Amino acid sequence: MADNTSGFYSNPLVKWIEYRLPVFSAFDHMVGTQYPAPKNLNYWWNFGSLAGLCLVIQIVTGIVLVMHYTPHTSLAFDSVEHIMRDVNYGWLLRYMHANGASMFFIAVYIHIFRGLYYGSYKQPREILWFLGLIIFLLMMATAFMGYVLPWGQMSFWGATVITNLFSALPLVGEPIVTWLWGGFSVDNPTLNRFFSLHYLLPFVIVGIVILHILALHQHGSNNPLGIDTKGPQDKIPFHPYYTIKDLFGIGVFLIFFSFFLFYAPNFLGHPDNYIPADPLVTPEHIVPEWYFLPFYAILRSVPDKLGGVLLMFGAILILFLLPWLDTSKVRSAKFRPIYKQLFWVFVLACVGLTYAGGQPPEGLALIIGRVCTVYYFVHILVLMPLVGWFEKPHKLPASISEAVLKGDAAPGAAGSKA
Amino acid sequence: MKMTIKRSILVAAVALGFAAPAFAAGPAIEYQAQNWSFNGPFGTFDRGELQRGYQVYKEVCAACHSMKYVAFRNLRDIGFTEAEVKALAATFQVVDGPDDSGEMFERPALPSDKFPSPFPNEKAARSANGGAYPVDLSLVAKARVGGPDYLYALLTGYKEPPADFTVGEGLHYNEAFPGHQIAMPQPLNADQVTYADGKPATVEQMARDVSAFLMWAAEPKLEDRKRMGLKVMIFLIIMTGLFFAAKKRIWRDVH
Repeated sequence: MADNTSGFYSNPLVKWIEYRLPVFSAFDHMVGTQYPAPKNLNYWWNFGSLAGLCLVIQIVTGIVLVMHYTPHTSLAFDSVEHIMRDVNYGWLLRYMHANGASMFFIAVYIHIFRGLYYGSYKQPREILWFLGLIIFLLMMATAFMGYVLPWGQMSFWGATVITNLFSALPLVGEPIVTWLWGGFSVDNPTLNRFFSLHYLLPFVIVGIVILHILALHQHGSNNPLGIDTKGPQDKIPFHPYYTIKDLFGIGVFLIFFSFFLFYAPNFLGHPDNYIPADPLVTPEHIVPEWYFLPFYAILRSVPDKLGGVLLMFGAILILFLLPWLDTSKVRSAKFRPIYKQLFWVFVLACVGLTYAGGQPPEGLALIIGRVCTVYYFVHILVLMPLVGWFEKPHKLPASISEAVLKGDAAPGAAGSKA
Repeated sequence: MKMTIKRSILVAAVALGFAAPAFAAGPAIEYQAQNWSFNGPFGTFDRGELQRGYQVYKEVCAACHSMKYVAFRNLRDIGFTEAEVKALAATFQVVDGPDDSGEMFERPALPSDKFPSPFPNEKAARSANGGAYPVDLSLVAKARVGGPDYLYALLTGYKEPPADFTVGEGLHYNEAFPGHQIAMPQPLNADQVTYADGKPATVEQMARDVSAFLMWAAEPKLEDRKRMGLKVMIFLIIMTGLFFAAKKRIWRDVH
């Protein structure tokens, strides 16, 4: 292929390089003019590139922060304050990194819900979905360990609570916890290994992201109609159409990010993490970062520790089964009158879990947490298979271009194209 | 589709609204929001207020509380001149060393020194304060729910306890403190300091000044941050507008 592709380019330098190293055509096939995408993608399809941007921001700011950070229990907190006060633009780097983690999760959560709504996990995109879930799991591990590094009160007690979850396992539980800690409590060895892994995992994520994109390119993006592209009339080249659309999305997203970064940098954090870690003083309420709250709520809604731990991990693991649990052949919820309603109930349940996770596990919050936990599992394990059987989907359009010409078969669709 | 987008935005808003108090999980005491000069996107510190606050800190709080992340040189940010900072630092003694004979020695502080702590360690601090530990004040304005509003409420919150409330041995009643029993006795009393600018030193005035000073100590780059934020926002809004225009133009012919 190499000796042919140089003919596509007119710039002599590009031609010269392309003849020897086909990077330009590789790039063109990845996100350029040679990658055809469905022409009807809406703005919910922006969040994949936004998540990618967040990953890059986290890695770049993180690498610079490490130049000034010290992973030792007696110095970590001080070194973070050194970054905040004495390092040039250190406050900017740290606030970008801390808020960037939240932005990353916002982008990824929307990306996942978009996949759920439009059935992006269905045949033939099952492996694409798995890779996404693996990225999500790695992100959670990375974010958790990153939160421990400033060695504040929530860092220390969050690490203690979460690592202690493994002690619920019968027989092997206690030895596993000691092994994770590198000692008999969360201490310097724990901080050191978390630091090491926090630096390693983002690059593992980059690797899985590459596979994720590779799997995406095999069959191309799903689309709001959930039907396969039938021919060239259904597609447009990724560049310039989706590059400019993604750039616009990036602009909006950065404005949202900047609002938190410059005007409310501590809003998404917890005040207790500005208190240095003290193993002798337990905070009144130990709460994880907001993006873990739904899972924390599931954990605490079960009175039994082992049960709670299994349910919490199960909540993510069952997502791997979605391609088979969802028995409907129709991908997009747009054509699924019942599933469409249930999807929004599911979103509400996740919001309820987020709320419950941030409250002490008592009274109304505990009840909300339990109801939402039950719905979460019933939705995925019972309703999704059943609705797929009994629901009568609307008639699917014959092709994307037919639907687009007819005004997308739904009112108001013109808004995303103009 | 418009419908679903609208609905999703609504859901997201509800999610944020729900989650906001969740981060603040803790004592459910409401603090009255003060009208700080550093509030809002264009807020800046009031140098006069910070200097008065520093005076209150130095003459009252520093007797028991350390502030180990702030250096004398940082005081230039709140309006002191280089000569003033030098002279001020020199009035403090700090331990340095070891010298060539291996001995630790005391010397006058330099602008590069951090504020010296009143006690050599936590044990000494506890022993001198009836077992209670006067926390380091460098970050306290960010380490408490309510921030400077809470600090102001706490410093002005010493009241007579209600009739049915028993205050423990060595503790003091305070409206704002979680549990209402605090080991720190009322630190501020009227006319405790004499302000150079002639402001009457009421408890409210001193509490306000020192709370603002503590906010500065915790977030010294606040002004830089907001100033850069404005520039970045203007840049991003223009850039995004251009992207939007380009997007519409490029997509004009897609059907």
